[in-house]
Amino acid sequence: MEIKILGSGCKKCHQLEKNVRDTVEKMQITADIEHVSDIEKIIGYGVMSTPALVVNNKVLSTGKVLKEKELVGILS
Amino acid sequence: MFKWLEDLIWLLVENVFGLERGSNLAGSVHFFFYDVIKILILLSLMIFLISYVRSYFQTERTRRIVSKFRGIQANFMASLLGIVTPFCSCSSVPLFIGFVEGGIPLGVTFSFLITSPIVNEAAFVILLASFGIKTALLYVVCGVLIGTLGGYLIGRLKLERYVEEYVWKLQMGAGEEINQNQKDRFAFALSQLKEIVGRIWIYLLIGIGIGAAIHGWAPEEILARYAGPENPLAVIVAVVCGIPLYSNALGAIPIAEALIGKGVGLGTALAFLMAVTALSLPEMIILRKVIKVKLIGFFLVITGIGIILVGYLFNAIYQYL
Repeated sequence: MEIKILGSGCKKCHQLEKNVRDTVEKMQITADIEHVSDIEKIIGYGVMSTPALVVNNKVLSTGKVLKEKELVGILS
Repeated sequence: MFKWLEDLIWLLVENVFGLERGSNLAGSVHFFFYDVIKILILLSLMIFLISYVRSYFQTERTRRIVSKFRGIQANFMASLLGIVTPFCSCSSVPLFIGFVEGGIPLGVTFSFLITSPIVNEAAFVILLASFGIKTALLYVVCGVLIGTLGGYLIGRLKLERYVEEYVWKLQMGAGEEINQNQKDRFAFALSQLKEIVGRIWIYLLIGIGIGAAIHGWAPEEILARYAGPENPLAVIVAVVCGIPLYSNALGAIPIAEALIGKGVGLGTALAFLMAVTALSLPEMIILRKVIKVKLIGFFLVITGIGIILVGYLFNAIYQYL
């Protein structure tokens, strides 16, 4: 599974990344997690509000800090 | 609406703290507890409500709606939607690029960027709690007006050349709205509530604390003389002072409330509040990534003048509210 967190480096973006890492660890799934802060790439996904979550190249959430509970639903 | 709370706090001040009504200390203590509880109740309700509404206005949708309008109507719509679209300043850059790449004119994009921070639910609530519904609504109207006209002016001045060149060359992906059910929307509203209250309560407490001290002890005659509604310079000074402040915006309102009680002009206080929210230094530093300094300058001057005019307006009509 390939997970990308799109964010410009703000506090919320880091929080989402942390939540994702924690969830992935708890669910024991192998995932490639990357924090994308390059604006060109963020725009390339058509995302206008950060933080956004991209799983296997599909944008699943924008402008929200998803909590672990929500992430479990999305990642499984 | 909050008479019961006012009475309840007096009971607390008189019977539990043993303070005598009419003394400076009792007045300050009452102001503090009453304001803290009242504002927290209103704030929680309001944030929950508006966050729920916001879950229906994802940025993509807002952009689609705005793109259907032309001329100043587009500025007006962008300004209105700026109120209900969830937006934090750290998303300024992708939002700016997304708008202009999506064919939204520069001036219309600015209408959104100006109104969105000015009219925020927390400022609205605290104004409502401190000054009543008329003032709070007038504040919203003025915020929309400044955004509409300021953005329109920026559009007419043809400032597109001050947008960084790379912005026009970027390829915007096809963004789509993410489906949400009612459960998601409620969860979003609740998490916003926790997030915002968690972030601002400390500033609010400090602000109300200072407000309470002013309420009990500040020298009325001196404040009224230098910052009263008759002093036109006070509005300008208030706006300039507001630029470097940012996260303390909400704490500033209870201070403003107490100062107004001591003779400071309402317009002066509101202009200060608008300047704190709309003309924020961190926001400008973020926007520098997509626009040149000159355009930031235009944005600053146009919005600043708008706010100063609103300040004069409120000072002039205060007595009729």
